[in-house]
Amino acid sequence: MTILILLPLLSYLVSAFLLLISKKKSSSSGLIALAGSLIAALCGIFPVVHVLGGQGSLDFMSVWNLPLGSFHLHMDLLSAWFCIPVLFISVLAVCYGIGYMSHYKTQYSVKYNWFFLQLLSGGMYFVLLAWDGILFLMAWEIMSFAAWFLVMFDHKKKEVRRAGWVYLAATHLGTAFLFAMFIIASNESGSFDFNHMAGLSASVNILFILALIGFGSKAGLFGLHVWLPEAHPAAPSHVSGLMSGVMIKAGIYGLIRMVMFMDVWSPWWGWTLIAIGICSGLGGVLYAVVQHDLKQLLAYSSVENIGIICMGFGIGILGLSYGNPAGIIGIAGALLHVLNHSVFKTVLFLSAGSVAHATGTRNIDSMGGLARKMPVTSGIFVIASLSICGLPPFNGFVSEVMIYLSSYKSAIFNSSMNTDLMLAALAVISVLALIGGLAVMCFTKVFGVVFLGESRTDCCQGSEDPPPSMLWPMIILVFCCALLGFGGAGAVQMVIPVAQSVCSSAAYYGGELTAVSKLMGQISILMAAFILFCLLLWALRAYLQKNRTISQGPTWGCGYQHGTGRMQYTGSSYVEPLLYAFRTLFHSKYKAPGGRDILPEESYFSSHTPDLFMKFFYTPLFSFLASFFAKLRIIQNGRLNLYIFYIILTLGGILIWGTL
Amino acid sequence: MMDQVLIAIVLLISIYMLGSSRLGGLVNAVAWQGLFLCLLAASVQKTNMPWHEWVLILLAIVVKALILPLLLKRALRETLVQREVEPQLGYSLSLFIGLLLLVGSIWTVWKLPLPPEIGNPMAVAIALFTLMVGLLLIVARTKAITQTIGYLTMENGIYVLGLTLAVGSPVVIEMGILLDVFVGVLVMGIMIFNINREFDHINTRHFTALKD
Repeated sequence: MTILILLPLLSYLVSAFLLLISKKKSSSSGLIALAGSLIAALCGIFPVVHVLGGQGSLDFMSVWNLPLGSFHLHMDLLSAWFCIPVLFISVLAVCYGIGYMSHYKTQYSVKYNWFFLQLLSGGMYFVLLAWDGILFLMAWEIMSFAAWFLVMFDHKKKEVRRAGWVYLAATHLGTAFLFAMFIIASNESGSFDFNHMAGLSASVNILFILALIGFGSKAGLFGLHVWLPEAHPAAPSHVSGLMSGVMIKAGIYGLIRMVMFMDVWSPWWGWTLIAIGICSGLGGVLYAVVQHDLKQLLAYSSVENIGIICMGFGIGILGLSYGNPAGIIGIAGALLHVLNHSVFKTVLFLSAGSVAHATGTRNIDSMGGLARKMPVTSGIFVIASLSICGLPPFNGFVSEVMIYLSSYKSAIFNSSMNTDLMLAALAVISVLALIGGLAVMCFTKVFGVVFLGESRTDCCQGSEDPPPSMLWPMIILVFCCALLGFGGAGAVQMVIPVAQSVCSSAAYYGGELTAVSKLMGQISILMAAFILFCLLLWALRAYLQKNRTISQGPTWGCGYQHGTGRMQYTGSSYVEPLLYAFRTLFHSKYKAPGGRDILPEESYFSSHTPDLFMKFFYTPLFSFLASFFAKLRIIQNGRLNLYIFYIILTLGGILIWGTL
Repeated sequence: MMDQVLIAIVLLISIYMLGSSRLGGLVNAVAWQGLFLCLLAASVQKTNMPWHEWVLILLAIVVKALILPLLLKRALRETLVQREVEPQLGYSLSLFIGLLLLVGSIWTVWKLPLPPEIGNPMAVAIALFTLMVGLLLIVARTKAITQTIGYLTMENGIYVLGLTLAVGSPVVIEMGILLDVFVGVLVMGIMIFNINREFDHINTRHFTALKD
């Protein structure tokens, strides 16, 4: 069984190697990648089931040592939990990608996309299993760089290259913090091996901050999120699905792993996580609502969901550090949301990719009426949207309800009447409710503008559902959304041991979760009853309509004779009230010249909402740094004499320093 | 007594090198400097040297005082360059800096905790000074050939520094140093010749076009 945890790694590597040596124009490259990830997933199921089944963790220690650290792999409950989306979603992403990449074939050699996709999947799996600081960093870099090459795939476009650089800078900065973190941690524990790292106590506060920044930049916490809305639209859709659905979760995994090493949890970590979660959730969803670019909108929505996960962990850590057993529900909810988000966000990106592929644009306001042309895709999109909004009976509901429950119990059934905890819990509940409402607004906007109504421009003319090889991965994922929603009780049962392993001090809090699982079972029955009721209503409607003729005609246009698709309500108009309400936050730019005379002239209106962090923090910061470091270029003037003079100065300095 | 005379001679040669603009003279100077430094290295050894070290010193003399200068002379003949016309630093300024360097090296050696086997600490100081002079030549001159000479001077200093400081150091290391110098100068000689043929001059100032 131990050797089985190596097989997926091997499978990804071998398929990547085969792809590298395959012919440039080979049409089978996608199939090689598919076979590689399929074998990896099939081999990976056994250890994951073994570990999640409570039969102990798996450990593999290689006989050869690295210069620093060791080749030590380990799969415990937490790794196994995060392995599920990696193994499962990579297969579906590759399967979808085969169809998606076909239109890139004339421009690029597609095999490199598959090669790096295999590296990315392997890298993510490697990150989850690495049980040594150095090995972890290596795996982390493999993962990050593979993702960079994937983002840069369509490199002939200028905005793609820009996105690539933004991502590269973000991931490098994050990794720098991780380096510092592991070095400090190993200084205290005396070894890079994770076995020795458990029980850190002296430097935990600084470690927590470093982990929060380092892993947070990968996860896309608000403030560190600027690469997401750049990179996700730039990458091919199956890649952005995999990145947004799975890769950013590696950041969450790292954060939890680091927190697990710490002996005593301070309440302020919980506070920080809650505060950052609130910022991420609210900021993410607000920016998501006002976006015009479909994939950018989804990227901001990822920021929002990471915020929700953070809030779950925050309320969990806060509760547990105050000795409140309800905290474990928050942690379990966050863990479950990790899985759920990876399912529905991937499906959303894949369907967005299908839409963008079919219409040739990502601008929401130029689409419309796609529901009739792409019925299957629109059905998939509805269900995924319902899931991401946290509406029953789909999976987003289950995990969000758990975070609500944890906060509710922390606020109400709080034996010590701890006001701090109560305050935090109330804040989480109210913000979560606001986020939920805004998410609904966001996705009603997308669905209404993209799929309903009439086509606004010509771009939707020839659009149709993608071929089955692209549809089936989405259908399977949507099915999982429903399964995890209806089987919420089972999902909670599955996550119980994982949540317990995260908070070792709270092993006896499992009873709380069993109660939640029971509750979920009851909710499932209610939901099933509701669905049944709806089906009955629908059957009644069909029965009543049986003998009547149904005619279809155009919508009444208030007597106006020349209505066109462009006269429909747009997404921008839908969110305008929100933009107005939060205008201090958004700094939106409007353009509406002309058209004020007696005789109307040609006119237009446009609004653009820049990212505040990008505009007011990162862009000024980086331009300052660039101009500052440009001054250092005097040193590099190309004169050999001067270079040697620098050497002399250094040597002399060392000599004098050594002598004194 | 013997070593003090040698030290004085080496010192004078180094100072001459800083003040001279004639390339032919510089090559002669570096050859003599090599010879006297090798003799100095031999004379400061307290204990009786084993025979293989004598062989090594002899070899070093042959390479430093005969082969390499001959190579450089040949390069000079081929490139038809006689003088260093426009140095980075003037000759009097170079001399002045050289004096500062001398003070600095003596001060450093005086401060350094030297092993007791060293017979004459001044020998170490002079080796250090030669090294510095070599570096200064590289920095202060623009002709490629002068820079090669500077490199050779620096290697002279390193050689003696190693021989005086590392008492009883392994033969392999000394052989390594010797080989290093030999190959280095050989490569530089060929490079100078080729650069001259290609660009009609050997002024390194024009290399700045290569920076990014």
